[in-house]
Parts: sequence; C-alpha cells; structure tokens
Amino acid sequence: MIQLEVLRYNPETDAEPRMQRYEVPYREDWVVLDALNHVKENLDPTLSYRWSCHMAVCGSCGMMINGEPRLACKSFLREYRGVIRVEPLAHFPIERDLVTVMDDFMGKLARVKPYLIPKHEKPLAEGEYRQTPAELKKFKQYSMCINCMLCYAACPEYGLIPNYIGPAAIALAHRYNQDSRDGGRAERQEEIAATEGAWDCSFVGACSEVCPEHVDPAGAIQQVKIKSTLDWYKEHLMPWLK
Amino acid sequence: MAEVSRRPYVREMGWRWIFRHPRYVRYMLREFSCLFIGGYTLIMVWGLKELAQGPGAWQAFLEWLRSPASVAFHVLALGFALYHSSTWFNLTPKALPIPYISGAHYAGWAAVSLAVLYFAGVF
Amino acid sequence: MARSNKPIVWGPFAAGGTLTAFLTPVLIALTLLAALGRPPEVLGYERLHALVHNPFFKLGLAGVIGLSLWSAAHRLRITAYDLGLRADTPVAAVLYAATLACTGVAIYYLLRI
Repeated sequence: MIQLEVLRYNPETDAEPRMQRYEVPYREDWVVLDALNHVKENLDPTLSYRWSCHMAVCGSCGMMINGEPRLACKSFLREYRGVIRVEPLAHFPIERDLVTVMDDFMGKLARVKPYLIPKHEKPLAEGEYRQTPAELKKFKQYSMCINCMLCYAACPEYGLIPNYIGPAAIALAHRYNQDSRDGGRAERQEEIAATEGAWDCSFVGACSEVCPEHVDPAGAIQQVKIKSTLDWYKEHLMPWLK
Repeated sequence: MAEVSRRPYVREMGWRWIFRHPRYVRYMLREFSCLFIGGYTLIMVWGLKELAQGPGAWQAFLEWLRSPASVAFHVLALGFALYHSSTWFNLTPKALPIPYISGAHYAGWAAVSLAVLYFAGVF
Repeated sequence: MARSNKPIVWGPFAAGGTLTAFLTPVLIALTLLAALGRPPEVLGYERLHALVHNPFFKLGLAGVIGLSLWSAAHRLRITAYDLGLRADTPVAAVLYAATLACTGVAIYYLLRI
C-alpha cells in the first residue's frame, strides 16, 4: 500500500484548501492517475480532477506531484518514495480540489492568432502548399504542444506576473511564424513582442525542463526576443528600410 | 438544478519559490553572478581612477588587491563569472540554433582567455 | 498590446552578457594573480599606463566597462522583481542611471590617463 496526500478545496464549504490522506494499493505499473481513479471509485467519490486519454497526449491531467508539474498519467508510483503529495498546477487559481481555472491560459492561446495567415490569397486552382522536410523541421517541434500547462506551473515569471502571456502561447506563435506557409508574423508580434509577451521571460528555462513533449518553449521565446530586438533596431535606426 | 457557487482560491507566490526545486536555486545563483561581475567592473573603474592619479596611487591599489577582502572577493567573483560563462554558452544554442555554436563559444572563450593571459605576460 | 521598447535595454544586456561571458573570467584571473602577490607584467604602472593611454584601448575599455555594468544592472533589475521588489520602473531607473553614471566616471578617468 502507498499513501497519497491530496489537496482538497470545496469553494462552497472551505475557507481555504486542506490536505487529505488516502491509502491506495501499490502496483508496479500504476501511475498517479490510477491511484486517483482508485480513490474516486472506491474511497472518496467527491474528489475532483481532470483526466482523459491516460496516455500523455491530451494534456488534461497536469498536476503538482511532490511539488513538480507532471502529467498524472505519466508519473509512476514506483518513481516515488514515501507519501506522494498531489496538488493542483501551480500559478492557477484553484476551482475545486485538483481542478484549476484555465480561462487565462485559453485566452492567451487565442490571442496569438494560432492559425495560418497566408501571405497572399491562394486560389484552389494554384494547388496545394508544398513544403520541404527542412521547412517542416523549422516549426515541427513547436507544433507538438498538448496544452498541458505544465510550463505555466513551472514558470516563476508567470507566477509573479499574471499578465505574462507565457511559454506555450509564445511557442505556439513561434510555430506559425516559422511555418513557410504563413505570413502573419507582424500581427503576432503585437502580442508576443509586447512587454507581457516574450519580454517578461527571464530565461529560467523551467518550462522546457518540464515539457512532456520536448517543445522547448524557452528556446522559442529567446528566438522571439532576438528577432524582435533586430526588428526594433532596424525600425528605429534604419527607418528607410521597409 | 442548483448553481454551484464559484470561489476560486488564489495561492500566493511569495519569494520562497526559489527554494522549491534545485533548478530555481541554480537560476538564482546564475542571476546573482551579476553582483560579482558588476562589482568587479566597479573595482576596474576604481583601478582606472588610481591609475590616473599616478604611480603612488596605483601602488596603493595593488596593495589593496592583496588584502584578504580582495582575495575573497576575487575567488568568489571568479567562481560566479565562470558560472555565468558556462550557463551563457550552454543556453546560446537555444536562442541561436546554429550547429556547434556552443562548442564554438567555448573554443572562442579559451582562445580569448589564453590570448589575454599571453599578452598580459602571464606566460 | 503594442510592441515593447524593451529591446533598447535588452540589446545592450545581451551584448554585455556575451562580452562578460568571454572576457570577465580572464580579467578576474589577472587581478587575482596580483591579489595573490604575483601581478602579471601588464599590471605594472609603466606598462599599464602606456597601454591605457592608447585611444583605441580607451574606447575598448569604455565599451567593456559600459556593457559589463549594463548587463549586471539589467539582471539585478530582474532579480529584484523575482525576489519580491515589485516596483519595477523605479528600480530600473535607478539601476540604469547608476550604470550610466559609473560608465561616465570611468570615461572621465580614462580621458585623464
């Protein structure tokens, strides 16, 4: 048997969160999500948490496990010793138990215009967009984001500056900026080159460390900083260049 | 059906987050290197002042350099400067994804350091 | 949201950070040797004075000092915020002004050598 210490918060009855212990079976192949499901099915049906695919592709089950942002479906009980502490993702308001308020994140994703904005209108008769493997490589890793928000939980700047647009949103903007089919970089710059965009990042690098899909948002953000800086100096020092 | 009343709970950040995980401690150490690099640069400015005031003043400056406080500062500053350099070179490829750029930086750093030491007459 | 003017302060920070990464350790090594009683030849008064007297060397040294101080100031600004000092604008103003002042002092003495 193994013990979980889980944060509980009921907005209707609790003034603030408290911790609750559960004893669950220890199985070699169980992940923390299995343990939570065991709790909900057998011990305490009031426990609330998000989950879906159970295979680390949907991004639903992000939580703080022993203080580290992890996917609950990818954190094996056998990785841990002693009591396993399970809390909602850091830096987000707690809705109830392990469920966080995601609205801020969802709004920020939408703000970076995460869709192709072609340079020119291309009629159907002209055929499909063609891309070489090299062109695909330029943006592919940034397209692997599963919106799990672990990076926001890891990023201390997002915790300190709620207006910061955050790693996943900037990596997503970068994914489109790097896509050869896209021509919308100038529009996205209004968001990601703002103060609350890439400039609130201090390159802690925690986001890339916790990302389960190896998107490397930290790298994307630094590249945005450099491009934005070059743009700025070109615009202000050589305004005749268009 | 009854409406559930919402009352999202916001957890405060404080400053103790820097101890939450070794990576945040390492980040703070990296950031603190600025105190030593800035401090050393100010010592350089002070040295320029003494140099401008003549050989006597410069000798006094060299003597101050030999003081225990100076030695301690130099050792710490060197450690922090090296930490700044290695973290900077290790992070450069993320900002500029060019093949071998990290290795090129380390090689350049070795070249610059050896060149400076040579022209300073250290060897 | 409008594009930020952060590049004004970030550009010199990036340049200074790169410069200090390459140069500061070996510079510290030189004065550390002096601190340990074995000053390198270049730190002898005659030799150093002749070297610094060169106008190109002065220009270079002013640049090294200015960029080193700027990158340190910028990092300190961010660290202050990280540690809870949330008044970013005054902190930034003080630190950048101090940087410019200290660089000014350095240039003043460089011109006297």
